[in-house]
Amino acid sequence: MHLIRVLRSSTFRYAMIYMLVFGVSVAGVLGFVYWQTVRVIASQTDDTIQAEITGLAEQYRQFGLLGLVRVIRERSQAAPGRRGLYLLADRNYNRIEGNLSSWPPIARGDPDVVDFLVATNVGEDTKPQVARARTFALAGGFYLLVGRDMTERTDFTKLMTDALIGGLILTLVLGIAGGVLMSRSLLARIEGINRSTEGILQGDLARRMPVRGNRDEFDRLATSLNAMLDQIDGLMTGMRGVADNIAHDLRSPISRLRSRLEVTLMSETDAEGYRRAMEDTIREADGILATFNALLEIALAEAGAVRDRFSPIDLSALAADAGELYGPVAEEKGQVLAAEIEPGITVPGNSHLLAQTVANLLDNAIKYTPQDGRVALTVRRDGDGAILSVGDNGPGIPEAARVHVLERFVRLDASRSEPGAGLGLSLVSAVARLHKAALTLDDAAPGLRITLRFPQMVPAANGRIEAPTAPLAAESARRLA
Amino acid sequence: MRILVIEDDTQAAHYLTKGLRESGFVVDHAPDGPQGLFLATSETYDAMVVDRMLPGMDGLLIVETIRRNGNQTPVLFLSAMGQVDDRVRGLRAGGDDYLTKPYAFTELLARLEALLRRGAGPAAAQTELQIGDLKMDLLSRAVTRSGRKIDLQQREFQILEYLMRHSGQVVTRTMLLENVWNYHFDPQTNVIDVHISRLRQKIDRDFDTSLLQTVRGAGYCLRASD
Repeated sequence: MHLIRVLRSSTFRYAMIYMLVFGVSVAGVLGFVYWQTVRVIASQTDDTIQAEITGLAEQYRQFGLLGLVRVIRERSQAAPGRRGLYLLADRNYNRIEGNLSSWPPIARGDPDVVDFLVATNVGEDTKPQVARARTFALAGGFYLLVGRDMTERTDFTKLMTDALIGGLILTLVLGIAGGVLMSRSLLARIEGINRSTEGILQGDLARRMPVRGNRDEFDRLATSLNAMLDQIDGLMTGMRGVADNIAHDLRSPISRLRSRLEVTLMSETDAEGYRRAMEDTIREADGILATFNALLEIALAEAGAVRDRFSPIDLSALAADAGELYGPVAEEKGQVLAAEIEPGITVPGNSHLLAQTVANLLDNAIKYTPQDGRVALTVRRDGDGAILSVGDNGPGIPEAARVHVLERFVRLDASRSEPGAGLGLSLVSAVARLHKAALTLDDAAPGLRITLRFPQMVPAANGRIEAPTAPLAAESARRLA
Repeated sequence: MRILVIEDDTQAAHYLTKGLRESGFVVDHAPDGPQGLFLATSETYDAMVVDRMLPGMDGLLIVETIRRNGNQTPVLFLSAMGQVDDRVRGLRAGGDDYLTKPYAFTELLARLEALLRRGAGPAAAQTELQIGDLKMDLLSRAVTRSGRKIDLQQREFQILEYLMRHSGQVVTRTMLLENVWNYHFDPQTNVIDVHISRLRQKIDRDFDTSLLQTVRGAGYCLRASD
């Protein structure tokens, strides 16, 4: 990875900003500590000096000039650890006694506190030091100067400056190094996602974003992106499957249609024969159209796009309508269609597809149940969800074949005695998936029971319930208008 | 009766106009949107058959435009876009009916005749329908034939009401499914036939003449025998 790229990354920029803020606060803290400490040192020094001046003035008053000179001489020769500066001078500032060689010019007149440079003769070290002193005019025209050199303060200043410079350098080095490291690692994560995206753009559709497994925000991002890609992949596979199926399954009836026309052209000679052939052809074409429409409906359900436009559907009313549509058909076959429908069960869904699903289920049940059979249509609450089931006491489906019947164009009776393209249950299966409803086929002992369990219901009072019927009323209203 | 057909597929338009002319209509054909709109606004027609996907202009836009100008000519949409949403969009744009391609010509004819009848028929609020000696009171929901009361279940009543409103016309199975059940798909079994035969039992069996007739290959027709 190029360093330039790292340095230009936003992470590095943030790291630098952070470092700047941190550096300024370090300098601020140290500066404050320095300022406070220096102030304390100065005021302590001043207090000490003041106390000594008071003490020496007292000496002078009690023991006179000689006493004062003696005390000053003693103190001047004290150990150089706490170096005091003393000078006693006459009215012309000539030295009488003390460890300063001469009266500092700056201290003439009557200043209160003076800071000056001094080359002390105290100890071996004679380099110039900053000193701080007070002057005091004694009775009798003598001047007294008491001071302290400020080595302590100078040392402290130096210490603080060193700490400040060192600290800032350290912050700078660590900040830049940390920024580079952090940027590199973040950039590596983003680069991984980038590379995968580019791979996918170039056609490697199976590629996914790298996931490290530590569940950080990048992992979460990668996981959602991967879920999105899976969804797109699923939809594309579905589309491809639909296209394949249409191509495969419409080819044979269309070629059958074509052969029939060809043979008719060759063999039939009279108008009646042609008419019959034409009528057969139209019937066959209708069959192809029905298959085609069923495939489109399945594709619609499988694409899942209609899920965005789900509305609350009164499943009870919808099932009751379908039951009412098929009731007479069952009676015609000598069967009983028993509807046990709990009222007011509403699920989110697509009314068109759900109605067709119930119709397909009833159609199948009636078709495959022998005379005097019984078909049961049930809608009921089941916990938080709702159950729609159609059962019959017909021959049922052997357990091994149950999954199989949900596939397209599977018909279990090889004789194909009953009409139908074998798409009914695959539509049911697709619609169930669309509504996230669990589809189960089980043994009704005897017979087959197909159950759709919808995972959630819509509170009946909530939202618009789509009325499945009453188009006639709408038409009447339009006439009146 | 003058019909305007707006359809860009030449072959399909040829069959359609030929079929309509043989059924006794005078037919004009427009092969694209702008021409269709021109004819629709400059001539007077009794009904229009409009394809949805046209070069130059969507059929929806044509119908919206003429409706905005106060033209109330009945419109039958023809479209390869057959989802329920497309249908709703077509009806909202001002279409009176919506037929998905591919369609049976008999279906188109039946629907067109229903539209023409609607345009010409009395618009006043009716409280009673009568075909021959069959009477239906829409308020009390009582049905009688020759003064004899006929008991109908609700759905049978709705089917009969629809047939009576379209008496003398061919009513297809799909029209019944759409208008009575609001189903926009074809159930595999011919469920409508069963319902019609029950209705026929009730209104025709005990009488000399039958009112409800099956039109082979098309649907049903309720008409008073002459």
